[in-house]
Amino acid sequence: MMFRRLHLRLTRDYPCAQLVEAATEYLEGTMGPRERSRFDRHLSICPTCVDYMAQFRRTIDLCGRLTIGDVEALPRPVREELLRAVRDLRTEEPPDRRA
Amino acid sequence: MPLVTEAVADFTDDHVLVPALRQGDEAAFEWLLDRYSAPLCRLARSYVSNAAAADEVVQETWLAVITGIDRFEQRSSLKTWVYRVLVNIARSKGVKEHRSVPFASLGDELDGDERSVDPERFRGHHDRWPGHWAAPLAAWDEEPEDHLLGRETLAVVANAISALPANQQTVITLRDVEGWNSVEVCNALEISETNQRVLLHRARSRVRRALEVHFEKVDQ
Repeated sequence: MMFRRLHLRLTRDYPCAQLVEAATEYLEGTMGPRERSRFDRHLSICPTCVDYMAQFRRTIDLCGRLTIGDVEALPRPVREELLRAVRDLRTEEPPDRRA
Repeated sequence: MPLVTEAVADFTDDHVLVPALRQGDEAAFEWLLDRYSAPLCRLARSYVSNAAAADEVVQETWLAVITGIDRFEQRSSLKTWVYRVLVNIARSKGVKEHRSVPFASLGDELDGDERSVDPERFRGHHDRWPGHWAAPLAAWDEEPEDHLLGRETLAVVANAISALPANQQTVITLRDVEGWNSVEVCNALEISETNQRVLLHRARSRVRRALEVHFEKVDQ
């Protein structure tokens, strides 16, 4: 009973619905010290929000496991054309240097 | 006869990459092309109306990089400079197309009310504990990544990212896939710290929801 009352007092002004909106700000470290301590206090007594933050961190971690190969690449002809442009620029250079 | 003919250069280091590009090192340019073309293309698509125009923006960007590398003053990292070149080209093209909308509002209204979690998941105003979880979260039963189901999870993440509005997609790709920091992203995209954070948060929340749905299905 006492625990429930304590829980209510500590989380009424900072409910779970508010915490989930502030997850990135919390992780970025850009949150002001007062809100940060309310956030931390809420986490210390709310196991569901602890689970939520674990899922949120895991989401970020999984994004980091994707590689450039998982996203589309430059079309081959465009790539070839650009590399040709690099070669052309290099062969153009000597006359410029002589000038 | 030299024993080692060619050392593999570390192009992730600007001190290696920039001089190599200035010398017209093709391998350096190839590395740059392959690393950044896809994310640049996605970003370009948030400024112009179609894929062909976006491809053009990316090509023009690379040509500007090739011809302008001698003028690059290295006050920022090379990748930040490349992104800024793209943003400038894409903007002027967007203006020609009468689409000069600022990046931050593209595909996603920042002042709109997008919740990180479905409000139905929380107790209502008349409840004794309003705004608190109505039920605990289901656990995510993950398989190791070398396992088929582990790879499936990564595919869920990749698909969720591609389904995001363009501006959210760009920010989460740079931050969480590519590992840029917030200052680099704000500089490259010319958006405020707050806008960057809001876009990142919405993107992460949507990807988390996609994972939640995925694990619910796995459980059944």
